[in-house]
Amino acid sequence: MTNLLETHDLHVYYGQNEALKGIDLTFEEGGITALIGPSGSSKSTYLRTLNRMNDLIPNVTITGTIKFRDQDIYAPQTDLVTLRKEIGMVFQQPNPFPFSIYDNVAFGLKLAGEKNREYLDQVVETSLKQAAVWDEVKDHLHESALSLSGGQQQRVCIARVLAVSPQIILLDEPTSALDPISSSQIESTLLKLRTDYTIITVTHNLQQASRISDRTAFFMNGEVIEVDDTKKIFMNPARKETEDYISGRFG
Amino acid sequence: MRRLFDEELDELDNGFTEMGILVSNVVQQSVDAFINHDRQSAQAIIDHDHDINEREIQLESKSFEIIALYQPVTSDLREVVTILKAVSDLERAGDHARNIAHATIEVKGNTRVAEIETQLAEMGHLTTDMVKQAIQAYVDKDEEAAKALVTVNDQLIEYRDQIMRASYNEIASDADVLVAAMNYNNVAADLVRIADYLTNVGEWIVYLKTGQIVELKLMK
Repeated sequence: MTNLLETHDLHVYYGQNEALKGIDLTFEEGGITALIGPSGSSKSTYLRTLNRMNDLIPNVTITGTIKFRDQDIYAPQTDLVTLRKEIGMVFQQPNPFPFSIYDNVAFGLKLAGEKNREYLDQVVETSLKQAAVWDEVKDHLHESALSLSGGQQQRVCIARVLAVSPQIILLDEPTSALDPISSSQIESTLLKLRTDYTIITVTHNLQQASRISDRTAFFMNGEVIEVDDTKKIFMNPARKETEDYISGRFG
Repeated sequence: MRRLFDEELDELDNGFTEMGILVSNVVQQSVDAFINHDRQSAQAIIDHDHDINEREIQLESKSFEIIALYQPVTSDLREVVTILKAVSDLERAGDHARNIAHATIEVKGNTRVAEIETQLAEMGHLTTDMVKQAIQAYVDKDEEAAKALVTVNDQLIEYRDQIMRASYNEIASDADVLVAAMNYNNVAADLVRIADYLTNVGEWIVYLKTGQIVELKLMK
């Protein structure tokens, strides 16, 4: 089976500083991959290159290849809007737009010119259901998304990504600003989504990585030290650096 | 970096080693008491059996506490699990030492068979040495020494079979030795069970080092 997404010899430089030192990773369809590692290990940099969010940063140089469905996403003909629709992203701080819950979720489709109200209603409902927040917001769809709790906002943001039918969902520490109950709701949401979407999440919460991910990649100093089944990484990692980090000996 | 967790783990590790030494001493004493027909020492072993059981409970509680409070992973988790599992094996080995003490008391005053007792003494020394080797293998976290325990286990099984045959032959020729001979069989079986449990401890040492759950007896 071909890989959905793969990076080869991926280097990222911020000015002279080499943040990523040749990353080779592949992602098959479905499942959750957790990217873990100490602060400054460049795991978030890696995540952001996967849908070209780093393009916005001045002085950034990217070499190597990233292929999504065998297409180089850094090729000149790549349409960034389409790319980010296919590879959506959820950030650390819930960032709903300052309008209604409904408009937040329908935003992407409206931007693409969708006007059919019935269709929009249906997508909004399905996406909110998939993000496991429908029951809590269905009677307030036209109220501001900012009135929701942090955990609800984050699930609305996930619904906003789901509404445009992505293939891959990138998450950058999606629960680090949330309390444990909200975090566990996000975690169960991700576990439900893992069969239909390919999920890549950066997390500092090692227990979260071990609870929800199928595969874990350990980043350190801009390199991938080890990538393997999550069970293997957490029970018997091959590399000492991984063991030391996972068991809290440094980092 | 030294973690708070390392101190807790050291405490658990030392506690396990101490319990290992305690069990090793009790096995040694029970064998000596049996060989020397020392009823008094045997009774002391029976009276102190609860010491080992209490140690087991202490170490189990400590292990549960560490798991709940520190959520260890990788080799840290393996160390706690090793102790949690191996501590039951040590406790069971202690139970069999107590059985030997009971046999010492029962045999006293009955017609005995010197030849079988000599064999039992050899078997007892071999077992005592093996218990010490197992505890040392744990202290050294020595996977190879742990694997080697199974060889002694095999030798002990041979001894037990010989002793059983000899006991039955003695009973057949002289009914007076019945009580003693039955107890010889029981003591031989207890010694093999002790070796069995210490072989299990060896299996947990292999797990600690490699993450593999092995059956040393099936690996030969």
